[in-house]
Amino acid sequence: MTDLSQYPEELHEILEIINESSTSERHELLLDYSDRFQGVPEHIATRPYPESHRVVECESDVYVFTEKADNGGINFYIAVENPQGVSSRALSAILSESFNGASLETIERIPETLVFELFGRNVSMGKGAGMMGIIRLLKHFARQTYQGDK
Amino acid sequence: MSTQNYARPEALVSTDWVAEHLNDPDVRIVESNEDPLLYSSGHIPGAVQIDWVSDLNDAVRRDYLSKEQFEELMSRNGISNDTFVVFYGDKNNWWATYAFWVFQLFGHTKAAVMNGGRKKWELEGRELTREVPSYPRTEYKAQARTDYKVRAFRDQVLAHVNSHGALIDVRSPGEFRGELLHMPDYPQEGSLRGGHIPGAKNIPWSKAANDDGTFKSLEELRALYEQENGFSPDQDIITYCRIGERSSHTWFVLTYLLGYNNVRNYDGSWTEWGNLVGVPIEK
Repeated sequence: MTDLSQYPEELHEILEIINESSTSERHELLLDYSDRFQGVPEHIATRPYPESHRVVECESDVYVFTEKADNGGINFYIAVENPQGVSSRALSAILSESFNGASLETIERIPETLVFELFGRNVSMGKGAGMMGIIRLLKHFARQTYQGDK
Repeated sequence: MSTQNYARPEALVSTDWVAEHLNDPDVRIVESNEDPLLYSSGHIPGAVQIDWVSDLNDAVRRDYLSKEQFEELMSRNGISNDTFVVFYGDKNNWWATYAFWVFQLFGHTKAAVMNGGRKKWELEGRELTREVPSYPRTEYKAQARTDYKVRAFRDQVLAHVNSHGALIDVRSPGEFRGELLHMPDYPQEGSLRGGHIPGAKNIPWSKAANDDGTFKSLEELRALYEQENGFSPDQDIITYCRIGERSSHTWFVLTYLLGYNNVRNYDGSWTEWGNLVGVPIEK
């Protein structure tokens, strides 16, 4: 059983559900998130997305963008260009729904190992590293956005 | 470009063929992917999923499933000894050819790969469903696992190196040269040394695939492996990559499309060789 105290509050509910779910229920929940995935609005960026925003570890052709939120926190947007990148879309939707507008401090506390808590230990090392790269780049741009506003 | 003139065309079926056999009781369609959610997100109607980690590998040892575990896997998926199994999946059929290869350890020769895999099926706008099928349980009887025909172990690879046998390293050029310990965009996977097995030629697996995931034509494959790299059907060849999945793609190409009779896949691959004490390495 995962010790949820290490995670930001925003993730507790979904991790509690996942911890109590069977594999098929977990997949169903993650697919729900994947279906709710929203890309990058045109006022943030348009295709072709800049290489500097690409998650190099991820084969799903993922790009991450951030902006300062009205509440002083950070908004972020994630593009998943590979149509077969279902898991990356699910992770991106979970991150967006849990953390959009969150403070830099909260975003910094998102653990990269969240990937394995969500997708299970059977996720391949390559797939896992790709999705951990999404979290890493999100933190990187969140820091840049925060520092740019200081 | 014809796909009908491959050496063993019975091991390859088209997306059209699969579409025409969706309800064929003698055919079982099997999806094998890297992405754990992909099958659940939609699959070919009637297809079952076989996962390379949880279904094909032993849960404790680094090895494949036992005869009894294989019988259970087949039986619970409604596959009988006479069922024609068709594999497809993501990543240009890496995991489909890997599963096909594992099936050959148990002699299930009534099997084929869908040319183009999941990518081509999707590109053609064909039907996908989230409905998970259920088939009556069978009583599959497997033969004893026979590794020696298609699988190479480290001691055999070392003997092969010492006798200047033919080796194909299907990883990326950077991995082959020892500049990377993993494929680009993939993580470090625990190899202490970079480089390649002495004598190996570097032919990345992707050179055998078209953009739509299908295999290149017989003529193109002959040009690649024979004219450009000097391999021939009479050779005893060992293929390897990082953990044996990409090299199963090349093993399939050499064995079934070009008709080579003595090709083995070294699934220990670089994650084993790059950590072994005292074995020779080239850069």
